[in-house]
Amino acid sequence: MADAAVTDTAPEAHDAHGHDGHGAHVTSTGLSNNKLAMWIFLGSECLLFGGLISTYMLYRGRHSENLGPDQVWDIPFTSASSFVLLMSSLTMVLAVTAAQRKDDRNTRLWLTVTALLGSLFVAGQVYEFTTFYREGLGFTTSLFSSSFYTLTGFHGVHVSVGVIMLLATVGMILKNRIPGDKAEVVELVGLYWHFVDIVWILIFTLVYLIPA
Amino acid sequence: MALIERPAPDTLTPAVATPESTYGAFRRPVHSTGWKSWLFTIDHKKLGIMYGVSALFFFLVGGLEALLIRAQLAGPEGTILSADKYNQMFTMHATTMVFLFVMPMAAAFANYFVPLQIGARDVAFPRINAFGFWCFIFGAIFINTSWLLGGAADGGWFMYAPNSSVPFSPTNGIDFWGLGLQITGIASLTGAINLIVTVINMRAPGMSLMKMPIFTWMILVTQFLLLFAIPVITVALFLLMFQRSFDATFFSVEAGADPLLWQHLFWIFGHPEVYILILPSFGIVSEVLPVFSKKPLFGYPLVVFSGAAIGFVGWGVWAHHMFASGLGPISVAVFSVSTMAIAIPTGVKIVNWTMTLWGGKLRFTTAMLFAIGLIVQFTVGGLSGVTHAVAPSDTQQTDTYYIVAHFHYVLFGGAILGIFAGLYYWWPKMFGKLLDEKWGKWNFWMMIVGMNLTFGPMHIIGLQGQPRRMYVWTEARAGSGFFDLGFWNLISSIGSFVLGIGVLLFFVNVFLSHRRHGPAPLDPWDARALEWLTTNPPKEHNFDRVPTVGHLDDFFHRKYEDRGEDGHHDFHQVATAEELMAVEEANADPDIHLPSPSYWPIVLAFGLPVMAYGVIYNFLLIPAGAVIVLLAMFGWSLEPHTATEADYDPPTPEGGAELEVADHG
Amino acid sequence: MSDITETTELGDGYDQPNEAVAESVEHGEHTVDATPDDHPGEHWSDLKFVYLALGLAVITAVEVALSYMVDDLGPVFLPALLILMLVKFFAVVMYFMHLKFDNRLFSLMFYLGLGLAVTVYVIALLTFQFFNS
Repeated sequence: MADAAVTDTAPEAHDAHGHDGHGAHVTSTGLSNNKLAMWIFLGSECLLFGGLISTYMLYRGRHSENLGPDQVWDIPFTSASSFVLLMSSLTMVLAVTAAQRKDDRNTRLWLTVTALLGSLFVAGQVYEFTTFYREGLGFTTSLFSSSFYTLTGFHGVHVSVGVIMLLATVGMILKNRIPGDKAEVVELVGLYWHFVDIVWILIFTLVYLIPA
Repeated sequence: MALIERPAPDTLTPAVATPESTYGAFRRPVHSTGWKSWLFTIDHKKLGIMYGVSALFFFLVGGLEALLIRAQLAGPEGTILSADKYNQMFTMHATTMVFLFVMPMAAAFANYFVPLQIGARDVAFPRINAFGFWCFIFGAIFINTSWLLGGAADGGWFMYAPNSSVPFSPTNGIDFWGLGLQITGIASLTGAINLIVTVINMRAPGMSLMKMPIFTWMILVTQFLLLFAIPVITVALFLLMFQRSFDATFFSVEAGADPLLWQHLFWIFGHPEVYILILPSFGIVSEVLPVFSKKPLFGYPLVVFSGAAIGFVGWGVWAHHMFASGLGPISVAVFSVSTMAIAIPTGVKIVNWTMTLWGGKLRFTTAMLFAIGLIVQFTVGGLSGVTHAVAPSDTQQTDTYYIVAHFHYVLFGGAILGIFAGLYYWWPKMFGKLLDEKWGKWNFWMMIVGMNLTFGPMHIIGLQGQPRRMYVWTEARAGSGFFDLGFWNLISSIGSFVLGIGVLLFFVNVFLSHRRHGPAPLDPWDARALEWLTTNPPKEHNFDRVPTVGHLDDFFHRKYEDRGEDGHHDFHQVATAEELMAVEEANADPDIHLPSPSYWPIVLAFGLPVMAYGVIYNFLLIPAGAVIVLLAMFGWSLEPHTATEADYDPPTPEGGAELEVADHG
Repeated sequence: MSDITETTELGDGYDQPNEAVAESVEHGEHTVDATPDDHPGEHWSDLKFVYLALGLAVITAVEVALSYMVDDLGPVFLPALLILMLVKFFAVVMYFMHLKFDNRLFSLMFYLGLGLAVTVYVIALLTFQFFNS
C-alpha cells in the first residue's frame, strides 16, 4: 500500500491558480497530498501494531516450563540487530538530506546502505527464528510462541517491504523514472522506514528486555 | 474554450521522433466510452456509481437471505432451511448488509459527492480510489464464492470463539469470510486515507472547514473511524487465519488462550463500525432536511461537533457488547456509563434536525419522507439502545431478539432510510432524471410499514426470551395471549415480505422513471450545497471553473440575496441555477488536466483474491498472487500522470475517436 | 469554535495555506500557531543527525545493561526502561521523522492514531487484569 501511496498523483485541480508550473499542486493547506497520506497511513498502522503488541503482552507468559522468553532470548544478538536497524534510520536521514540537496549520487548511496542494513536486520531475524525453532519453539508450540512470531513476523514483513521500496527508489532514481518531486519520494520512503524503526524500538524493550 | 481530455497535439508532441506508449507494446486505456471506460476508470463519479450499483446488488442478496430466515421462522418447526444452512444464512445476511451494502453504499455517496461538495475535480488519489473499488468487488465476490465451495461462514457476523475454530466450523466458510473481509478492509483503509486527504487538501478556495457541507463533514469523521478501526479487525482476522489455517491457538481455551481477546479486538473495531454505518446517513439527512424545510441546518456547528464527539466516544464503549461475558464489575460500570454518554451527542443531532423542521416551509418529497422516517425510526432504536447501556437490563436482553430489534431499528431505520433519502435526493444529480414521486411515496410507506411490522414484534419476542440465531422454535414453548411467540413471529415474517416488496418498488421506480421521465431540471429541489453548481450529471471535470466559496451553503447564497436588516433574514432570489451555470460555462478554465485511466488498480486488486485462494487451497498461489501485486505496484509507480500521445489512436480528420472536445463557449 | 468559521477570507490569499485546517480536524480545541511553511527554517545538519544516532545507540546500550540488573534495581527497573524507550521513540519521531519541525497537521494525524492505539489497548489489557499480574 505504502508503495502505491508514494507515487500516486492528484489531478491538477487547482492548476489555474498554480504559479509554480507543471506538477506542482496548490492544496488547501499548502501541504503535499502524498506526505499527508503517508502520515495518516502511519497513524493507522499504530493500531495494527498496537493490537499485535497487546496480543503478545497478553500471551507472553503462556508457555511450557522451559520454552519461555527468559529461556530462549539471546539478548546480545538481538541488541546487535536492534543497533543495525537503529543505524539504518541514520543512513535513511542522510539519504533524505542528500535528496533535498539534489545530490543524486549520495541519495542512492545512502538508500542502498539503508537497504543493506535493513536486509541485515531481516537476515538476523531469520537466523533468530531458525535458532528458536531448533530449540523447539515452533509457531504453534505455545501461545507465547504464536504471538511472538506473529508480532515480529509482521514487523519483519514491514522491514522487507521497506527494503523493496528502498531498492526500487534507488533504481528509479538511477533511471530517472520518478514522476514528480524526487526529494519528496525519498522523504516518504524515509517516513515509512523510520516508522518501522520506532515499532522495533517498542518491541525491543517491551518484548525482549522486560522479563516476562 | 476547449475542454480536452487528450493533450493538444501541438503542445505535447514529444521531441523524439518515435513516441513510446506508456507500457511499450501495450497502450494505456484512454477510452472515454464503452465498457473499458468503466473497467479502467479512475473518475470518482464513475467509481461512485459502480460502488452504488454493486452495493444495491448486494442489498438484494442480503435481503433474500433475510427473507429466507424469516420464512424459516414464520411457523413452528420450520423446514425451509437446515440448521447448518440457517447458520450460514444469518451470518452472511449480516456480513452482506454491513460490509457489502451499507459501507460501500456510503462509499458510493462519499466518492461521488465529496469532491463535488468541496469544489474539487477529483479525489486526491484517483488511482487508489479505483484500487479500493476493485478490492471491494473482488473481496465481495470472494466471500460469496464460499456458497459454491462447501458452504458459507456460519459463526455469526461477530464470529466468536470457539464457534470460529475448525472443530466447530470445519468447512472453509469462515476462511472465505475472514480473508474476504481483509480484502474489503483494504478498500476501506485506502478509501479512508484518500478521502481524508481529499477533504483536507482539495477544497475549493474559500471553503474553510466550517463552511463545508455537513455531509462531507460526516464522511470525514466516518473516514477517521475507518482509518483507525480497520487495522484492529485486520489484526483479529490475521489471528483467526493463523488459528484456522496454520494451527495457532489464539482463541482456544483448551490451549490456555483467552477467547475474550477475539471479542475485544472485534468490538474495538465493531463499535466504531456501528458509527461508520450510521454517520454517512446522518450526513445525508442533514443535507436533505434543510433543503425541504427551506431553512439552513439548525446549529450547524453543533451537528459537526456532535458528529466528531460521536466519533471519539465511539471508541470508548466497545465492551458494552460484552457485558454478559464476565468482564468484572468495574469494567462493566465504566463501559455502561460511557455508553449512556454517547447518547448525548446523538440526541443533540436529533434535536438539531427537529429544530431544522420547526417553522420551515416543509415539502414532503420522497427524500424528505425518508429523512423524517430516519429521525423517527432511529429514535426508537436509540431508545432501546439506552436500555442496553443499563448493564443489568442488558444481561437480560443479551442474545435475544430484543437485540435484533434494536439494531435493525438503528441500522434499517437509520442507515438504510438515510441511504434511500440520499438516493431520491441525489438521483437527478447522478443520472439527470427525477425519480417518480408517486412511486416514491409507495416505496417509502411500504418500507416503513414493512420495517415496523418486521422489527417491532421482535422487541416482544426478545423480551419473552426467544434467542437470536435459533433456527426453529416450537409450538409448545410459544406461550399464549399477547405474548404468543408464534403470532408475533408470523407478523414479523409477513412484515419482512412487505418490506421486501417496498424495496423492490424502488427498483420499479428507477426503471419506470428512466423510461418515462424527461431530463430533470438543473436544480429540482432548490438545493443549497455546492454539488448543485454542476450539470446533471456533472461533466467529467465536475466544475467548468473551480468555484470560490464565500458561505456555508454557497449554492444557496449564490441564488438568494439577503435583504433583511438588523439580524433579520429576508432572502430574495437573484439568480436561477441555469443562470449560474451559464456564468460558470462562460468563464470556464481554459485547460483542465485530468489524470488518465489506468490498468494497474484492477490488476493490483486482482492479485489479492489469488493470494487469498492460496491460503485456503494451495500455498503456491500465495507467491503467485504476490508477484501480481508486486508487478502491478511497479507498473503503477512508473506510470506517468497522464497518457502519452502514443497511447491514443492517430487523430482522424473528424477529430479522432478518443478525442473529446466540449462545446466552444 | 466561532473563530474557525471565518479564518479563511476570500480574495488573493486563497491559494495560501488554509490556517483553519491546522486546527484539529476532529475537534476544535487546539489552538495553533500555524506554521504555513512546509519546510520551516530549522534544518539539522547531517552531523547533528549523527550525534543523535550515537545518542540513541548509547541509550540502547544502557537499556541492555539495565536488563541485566533487574534484581538490583527492583521497582526502579520498569519505569527506567520504559522512559528510555519513550525517549528513543520520540527522538526518532521528532527529529528523524522531522515531526517537530513540520506542520502540526502531520503531528495531529500521527498522534491521533498513536493516542487512540495506546488508550484502547491499555483499557483492553486492563479488563484482562493484565497489569495486576
